[in-house]
This record gives sequence, C-alpha cells and structure tokens, in this order.
Amino acid sequence: MGITLEVNGRKHEVAAEPETPLLYVLRNDLKLKGARFGCGLGQCGACTVIVDGRAVPSCDLPLSAAAGKRITTIEGLAADGKLHPLQQAFIAEQAAQCGYCVSGIIMSAAALLGSNPDPTEEEIRAALKGNLCRCGTHHRILRAIRRAAGEMRKGT
Amino acid sequence: MTDRQSAARRLPGSLDTNRRLDRWLRINRDGTVTAFPGKVEIGQGILTALAQIVAEELDVALERVRLAPTDTSYSPDEGVTSGSRSIQEGGVALRHAAAEARELLLARAAAKLGVSLEQLSVADGVITARGGASVTYWELADESLLAREASADAAPKPPSQRSLVGTAVPRRDIPAKVTGAPSYVQDLELPGMLHGRVLRPPSYGARLAGLDEPELRALPGVVAVVRDGSFVGVVAEREEQAVRALARARRIARWEESETLPATTDPRFLLGEQTEDEVISRKGDPAAAPAAKRLEAEYTRPYIAHASLAPSCAVAIFEAGRYTVWTHSQGVFPLRRDLAHVLGVEEERVAVIHAEGAGCYGHNGADDVALDAALLARAVAGRPVRVQWMREDEFMWEPYGPAMVVRMSGALDAQGNIVAWTHDLWSNGHSTRPSGRGGGVAGTLAARHLERPFTPQATGNPPLPGGGSHRNAIPLYEFPNQRVTNHLVKRTPLRVSALRSLGGNANVFAIESFMDELAHAAGADPVEFRLRHLRDPRARAVIETVARQAGWRAGEKGDGVRGRGIGFARYKNLACYVAVIVEVEAGNEITVRRAWAAIDAGMAVNPDGLKNQTEGGIIQTVSWTLKEAVRYDRTRILTRSWDDYPILAFPEAPEVEVTVIDRPEEPPLGAGEGAQGPTAAAIANAIHNALGVRLRDMPFTREKVVAALAG
Repeated sequence: MGITLEVNGRKHEVAAEPETPLLYVLRNDLKLKGARFGCGLGQCGACTVIVDGRAVPSCDLPLSAAAGKRITTIEGLAADGKLHPLQQAFIAEQAAQCGYCVSGIIMSAAALLGSNPDPTEEEIRAALKGNLCRCGTHHRILRAIRRAAGEMRKGT
Repeated sequence: MTDRQSAARRLPGSLDTNRRLDRWLRINRDGTVTAFPGKVEIGQGILTALAQIVAEELDVALERVRLAPTDTSYSPDEGVTSGSRSIQEGGVALRHAAAEARELLLARAAAKLGVSLEQLSVADGVITARGGASVTYWELADESLLAREASADAAPKPPSQRSLVGTAVPRRDIPAKVTGAPSYVQDLELPGMLHGRVLRPPSYGARLAGLDEPELRALPGVVAVVRDGSFVGVVAEREEQAVRALARARRIARWEESETLPATTDPRFLLGEQTEDEVISRKGDPAAAPAAKRLEAEYTRPYIAHASLAPSCAVAIFEAGRYTVWTHSQGVFPLRRDLAHVLGVEEERVAVIHAEGAGCYGHNGADDVALDAALLARAVAGRPVRVQWMREDEFMWEPYGPAMVVRMSGALDAQGNIVAWTHDLWSNGHSTRPSGRGGGVAGTLAARHLERPFTPQATGNPPLPGGGSHRNAIPLYEFPNQRVTNHLVKRTPLRVSALRSLGGNANVFAIESFMDELAHAAGADPVEFRLRHLRDPRARAVIETVARQAGWRAGEKGDGVRGRGIGFARYKNLACYVAVIVEVEAGNEITVRRAWAAIDAGMAVNPDGLKNQTEGGIIQTVSWTLKEAVRYDRTRILTRSWDDYPILAFPEAPEVEVTVIDRPEEPPLGAGEGAQGPTAAAIANAIHNALGVRLRDMPFTREKVVAALAG
C-alpha cells in the first residue's frame, strides 16, 4: 500500500494511511521540515504549501487528496541554487522575528504572485488572511512581499 | 590579589556568577571562535547581537564566531532569558570576557615574537608587530589560555573604535528560516524517535475517573500508554498514530470535574479577593493636597494568552539512567532542577539542551512539555520521544498573563498641574517559572497530576525596582504627593505566569490613560502635559522625537473617525525609554492605521534588532488591546483555538515607523518589552481623541465602543 506524491518536482512513494495529513508526511517521511505545525486545524497557515498553484494548509489535506497533484514546499522554491525573490526579499528586509510563520507566509505569497504579479496592498493583505504572525512582523513581511513582487515584475 | 579577595570582587553582568573565561569563550585552532551564551534565542535576535559583541572585542571577522547551543553540560548558568536582561547580563559578560581574551592573546604574541605590547596590532585574528612579524590567534590558542578567572581589567572598546556593535548586522538565523531548513526544536529528529501525546484533563480541577488503557494500546502503532494518577500519555511509532490515539483517549476517558474558576471574566472579581497590601511608593500626602479638580478612574486588563504560534514541543531520551531533554525553555538550568526533582533523580542525571522554539513572549508551555517528554521517555527507555502539544493544549494549559485592576486618582491645581497622584493595583504575582527549589514543589504542569502529586509552584513577584505585578506602577513623572499601593492577590484561580512586560502593560496603560484624562481636565495638550511633569532628559527626548516623527500638532482634535494618542514609559523605570503614538480609525471596528515610536535603549548593539522588536511589540500590543481575552466558565477554560482567540491579522496590521535614539557612550538598556505598556494607552487615548469616549477595560472590542458611545 503506497501512495505516490509529487513534491518539488520529484516523485515519492509513501507508506502511510490515506487519511494522514500531508503535513506529517512532508515532515516525517520526506524530511521536509519547512511546512510547520501551528494548529493542525487549518487556522494559522504555518503549514501552507502550494498544490496545483494554490496555497493550501497541508495540515488539512489528507494524503489521498494530495496524490496526483503538483505540490511545492518552501524547499522547492529556490531554482538552480538561487533563492526565490521572496526568500531574498525576506532576508533583505529582515522580515522575521522568531520566523516560525515565515515559510507558510512565503508560500501564500508565492501562490498569490504566481497568479497576480501586480497585487494591490489590499490584495496582498487579503491573500495572507489565513496566515498568522504572533511576533508582530506584519509590517516588514508586507514590505518584503511588495519588494519581491517588484523584483519579479522586473524579471530579476 | 588573594583568592578570597578576587572571589569577592564584583564582575560585570553574568561574569559575576560564571567567573571562568573558558566558560564563555574558546579560541579554536581551525580559525573559529566559540562563544557559550547562557541566554537563548527567542526570536529577539540575541545570538546575532552577542556574535557582534564577541567579534568586535576580539577583533575577528563576524563569520568566525560560533554560538554554542545553551546546554546544562557546559554553558554558563545565566538563569532565565527574560525581563529584557540579555544584553545587560550576557552581552556585558561576553564583552568583558572577549576583551580580556584579546589581551591574553596579545600578551602571548608579545612573548612569542619578542616584542613589547605597544608594537602589536590585530586584524581578524592576525597579530602583527611593527617589524612585520606576525602570529595568529589560532596558532597561539590552547586549553590553558582562558583557563582562569576573569578579572574584567581589560577595557572594552570605546564607541570611536567600534565597527560591528552599533550596526544593523543581518540576523544569522533568518536565511535558514526562509529556506525551510531545520531550525526549531519542532524539527529535531533522532534515530528511532517515537511520537508522544498527553491527554490533558478537561479542566483545572478534573480528576481521571476511568480509562480503558488496553483499548488505547491496541491502536495501530501505539508502543506505550503511560498512566500515573491523572497524567496519561500515549507513545506511537508515527506522529499521526499518536494524534489518533490521543483523540480516542479524549473520547473514552472519564473525568470528575469541579467548579474552580471565577464566576465572571470581568477582572474586577480580583477586588473581592484576599490580598497582601504594600505601599511601594509614598511622597507627601495625596489626600491632603489642596486641589482645584480631582479625578478618579479604574482600568482593567483581562487574562491574556501568550498564544505562541507553535504549540510547545520537546524531545527526551532516557538511557543508562540518564535523561537528555531538548527544549525551548527560557531557563535550562532551573528546568533541569525541576525535572530532576519530579523524576526523582540527582541533577547530574539530567542534561537539558536548548533548541529554538517559536516566539514565547514569556513563560508558556515550554517547560511543561519537557517534563511530558521525560515522563514518556522513561516508559520506552532507550528510544527518544518527541512530544508536540496540540493547539488546544497550549491555549488551555499555558500560564496566562494575569488579569489586573488598576485604580487611579489625581488632583490638579488651578494652573492644571498634577499635585496629587495615587495608583492602586490588584493582581496575582507574575511568575510561576520553575525554580527547581524542590521540597515537593514543581513548576512543571504534569507534576500536579501524578498519583503522588507535587504542589504547584506558587506565584512569585520579582522584587522592585524591576518588579512583577508592580512593574512600572511607580510613575517616572514627578509629583509632589503620590502613593502607589500593590494589592497582591494570593489566590490563583487561573494558571498565571510571566507575559511580556509583566505588570508593565496594565500599569502603564492605566498611568498613561489617566495622564490623558488629567490633561483633558486641565485643557492641556497630552504631549505638553507630559513634558511638564517630566525632568528626565532621555524621557523627554523620546516623547519629543515621536511627536516630531508623527507630526503631532498640539491640541489637534480627532474628527469623529480618526484620532491620535500617545503613551510613554521607561520600562521598569530603569531600562529602555519608549514613546508611542498611534492613529486609529473608528469604523465598524477600531483599527490602528499607523503607529510611530521612539526608543532609547542606550548603546544599541544592533539598531535594526531594536526596531524589529519594537515594531513587533507595538503590533502585538495592538492585538492584545483590541482583541484578546481568555474566556472561561465556572469549570473550564473555553479558549481552545484561534477561532476562540482571534489575534490581529494581516488585513488589520498598522504601518509602523520606529526611530532608534542610539547613545553609544551609555550602557545598553533592556529593550524587548518596552512598547507593551505605551501602545495600549496610546490606543485608548487615540480612541478618545477620535470619538470622545474613554475606554478603560481591555480589549476594546466593537461591543465596548458601541456601549461607550451609547452610555
């Protein structure tokens, strides 16, 4: 009994019950620690991954529903050893205090920019509605996303 | 100097209690330097700042400095990372230790090269004599170099010679965090690791009446079920198996519950509790001062949850009679003592190693889950057990920031100056952090649920001048008559402990709201009114700076929708100075649109780190002030998930602008908690400016605004 998952462009055979939340499979079977446990209830966004282009809380997605879809985690953002513009922007803006929320937020932002390369301030904020940050880094995070969006539109 | 004389000498910061240089630093032959901090990273950027200090004083490139994880086996004991003391205690210790290490290396170099000290200069660990001969730190260092007691005789660098300290060096931990690399205790994985979950009681007073353990043991992957009194834990091979076993246990366990919680969530129930009263400041006679106007007001703050984004987590292993525990505890040494006491072993048999957690903002579930992991590890000796608290565990069982009531009274003379001032506060003590003092007492949660239970550690209140519940209750303003009284509430119906700024949030909320109420009664501008009663030039400077940054116009009225307010405090009356102005918009909800702050933390080791923490403190306090209160009924805590406890979300977050006033000649001042009090008051003052109503009971929900406008 194996389920095939495609994560960050690679296929993996996973031996776990079909109802297992994708989050546990990513972290414990595939050793991808970037998607984080914050609530297991789909309320905080710390576990956000991209599934077929859309930002999804991986704690709320059973393995069986993830099979056959294209899944991207934070570990899959960097291309050819170069950090994604969002990752670069978060470093440049020092947009983290404890940093626990950051990988989920970057994935939500990546999904947004993937379908809307020139979002308004309201659209960015709305896209992050399901991502909580308890340290209060909102201001820097928004600035980093604006910065990355600008860089991406320039094609750099 | 004799041993006794040198032992009596006061050394700076935490050097005083950890006196050997090699407890703090090691110069390695491979061209790196290892620093051993006792303070831990909690998202405040301390490790980056400490690395700056070490690199600066040693004259080595920043990249050469490594920071060893804090570990009871080898780190200096710096107590708890709390109270915004890390730079003043750990930073100061490393600063002096590194300066002395540099001098010892120079002395060795002088001997080796056969030259006098004045001929030597250092750059990135290379010591060069005027004649051209050189030798490196890495060649000179050995075990004996720092195997001695610190003297603190070596002078650290003056501001003119600094190139790293005082600059916005990027955080060394952020790159790993934006790429998803394992960074937290939650990410730790050891060979053969099992997954544990604890079945917590449904309420404080609950006792386990029945549980079908065989049913749990039969579940897929379950390796062990631990039951000890009302403590129940399950251990499984896979994480989801442990979660399912916990869900089953929750369904089948039978509990006897009792009503132990207050009848109301209004903090005013504290006024009817038994108290220990102490006058902590007295000047003149407030009641007798001749006054043109008298005012009174009562302010409240509810129980606030730390609500860390990550529920607490720990990993433990028990083998060969020894425990090793990986934890995000803020105090690995006191936790070690607490664990040893509960587990019934000598301290030497417990090793506690720090690994970073999510932001904790004080005493959350970190210490508790460490005990959980150790108890479960004991049942599967030889295999590591990882215990991850569920979201519900963290909300229901973490110790909250205590509810508080503050009553103010003041009197104005005919010129509108404050001539009398009283401040009375009601609150529990603000700390139940494990102290590990033994005697059948434990600070960790599971200990009270065991068959042979430990007595829960009673609340302590850090003494003045820093204070606990009475932190920042004594105003920095100068009044001819004042009295401040702490009514310490003994009974703790809800579990409470230290939350960022302790009593500072409620006390400053009350003081700064009341200053505005008095200013209003005096017909004075809030900024000018504060300056009138404040002589400390650094306090005046942060107020004037933030007013300038925000474009504050004296006497400016709100327009019924938008308004501005200011709040100020010197944290603990001895740490950083912070002044905050917020602009609110009152629509369907109160929204904080913009905030400005000025902070003076003396010598800023990393100005961007200061800004980051201050921005964060402001935004977090906006959330506390507008939205947060723990809910409960007579039996149970009702706050279980983010749905029950909404916090400020991205659509609502303000724009924030922080100005750091850097004073490189001054000592560094603790800065991580300075915005919590001023921001709360600034919001209340801005609401009054906008709408003409005075809100005194946090949180300022829509219902409260509507009621105030109607009433």
